[in-house]
Amino acid sequence: MENILSYIPLDISLIAENFDRFLYGVWTTLNLTVLALVFGGLLAIPMAIARASRHRVLSPLVWGYTYVLRGTPLLVQTYLIYYGLGQFEAVRQSWLWDPILSSAWWCALIAFTLNTSAYTAELLRGAIVDTPKGEVEAAIATGHSYGLRMRRIILPSAFRRAIPAYSNEVIFMLHGSVVASTITLQDILGVGRWLNGRYYLAYEGFITAAFLYFLIVFAITRVFRWIERRYLRHLTRRETTTATEMTPEPTR
Amino acid sequence: MIRRTFLASVATLVVVSCPAFAQDNLRIGVEGAYPPFSFKESDGTLSGFDIEIAIALCAEMQRDCELVEQEWDGMIPALKARKFDAIVASMSITEERKRQIDFSEKYYQTPARVVAKKDAGLEDTAEGLAGKRIGVQRGATHQCYAEKMFPDAEVVLYGTQEEVFRDLTLGRIDAQLSDSLIAQESFLGKDIGADYAFVGGDHLDVECYGEGVGIAVRKGDEELRDALSAAITAIREDGTYAEINGKYFPFDIYGGHSASN
Repeated sequence: MENILSYIPLDISLIAENFDRFLYGVWTTLNLTVLALVFGGLLAIPMAIARASRHRVLSPLVWGYTYVLRGTPLLVQTYLIYYGLGQFEAVRQSWLWDPILSSAWWCALIAFTLNTSAYTAELLRGAIVDTPKGEVEAAIATGHSYGLRMRRIILPSAFRRAIPAYSNEVIFMLHGSVVASTITLQDILGVGRWLNGRYYLAYEGFITAAFLYFLIVFAITRVFRWIERRYLRHLTRRETTTATEMTPEPTR
Repeated sequence: MIRRTFLASVATLVVVSCPAFAQDNLRIGVEGAYPPFSFKESDGTLSGFDIEIAIALCAEMQRDCELVEQEWDGMIPALKARKFDAIVASMSITEERKRQIDFSEKYYQTPARVVAKKDAGLEDTAEGLAGKRIGVQRGATHQCYAEKMFPDAEVVLYGTQEEVFRDLTLGRIDAQLSDSLIAQESFLGKDIGADYAFVGGDHLDVECYGEGVGIAVRKGDEELRDALSAAITAIREDGTYAEINGKYFPFDIYGGHSASN
């Protein structure tokens, strides 16, 4: 065993010794990412509806919000909240400082939430706008008001159609969450950098972090595949019954 | 997609012309965010004690040098990856680092100290800092020392020493541990650090802090290592060192007991 290990250019024992720290890092990454996705998603729904509407004030307002947040890097947004806001005496004196803006965790959560809300809002807006005209017209014809047709017809089908694109957003948010490590948080990458810094290693921490992120992404894609199979069944390709009856499918 | 570009340690290149000698450029890794040893002037040029020492050593060795800027926590990996050939960045000579890289003789040695708010009533002991948040630069010897000596404190890691001071003033950390000279010159001696003071005395620990600050080279680069050691002795003797030292510090920093970054 000793012999085999000596061929691997990695200090496995240091990774193993500190693996509980990495698990804590996984917890930090997951709670930041999941909470940001939940809050960002909740913010995104009304924004997407406003953006898809022809409202003269709300639609351009949301457009501006998503334009700014999607046009600037998450790292810069996080720095502005963590280091930028703290420079103002007024902010430090306000109720917002303690316990919210003085905490790196809150700063990261706010930045991530705003960022993902902008991307999710645009993605949902696309799905809302793409609702087949016939469905909307049928809803109007059967006397559905705007609110009712949004709730009963448009949003349920828009949510479904947004699932594949949203799975990308979830993975991007997970990858984007590494920004937390730049503002002192011990997320997965933060622990990796801690390990490298503590033992003056070159890449052991990074490789372990990469492996853990990979596992999480793997799990996310599995979950989304299950969701898609369940909720997008009506969109999967199927042979028509008549076709199969007449010419049996050749075995592939 | 333009989103989420992770801050890759972007290495900027700065070419310094020294008296030419027909030999390959010697590339030296420097930090640029560790005043007064290494920082950037308002026009972006590198300046500081480490920078001037590096240039003086190149002149002494009659080599053309190129200063390569590198973030601190990627310094040793970048040296091993041959992004540069030597590190002049206030790096303490420690046993743990010596397993990865080689060092020249020391070129300075200063003690580490804890800094906190004047009225904080903290003590620089394991009990005195228990439950407190103490900031250090990631990958610095202070990370090793803080985690060893203050096991019940929460050690908060930063990419640069400047960020440590900034969060100390914002109250996000209760204390910080760093080189005493750095703390004095770039924090306590300035307006921003007026409400802060040293807590306790000098911290000495050979395991974490080693035997002074040296110039790092890759393992096996003995020729370069010995040339650098000889050049350090030479600039000590001919007065160049004293001249550079005098620009930044009121006393000779070569002596001292324990070390730095």
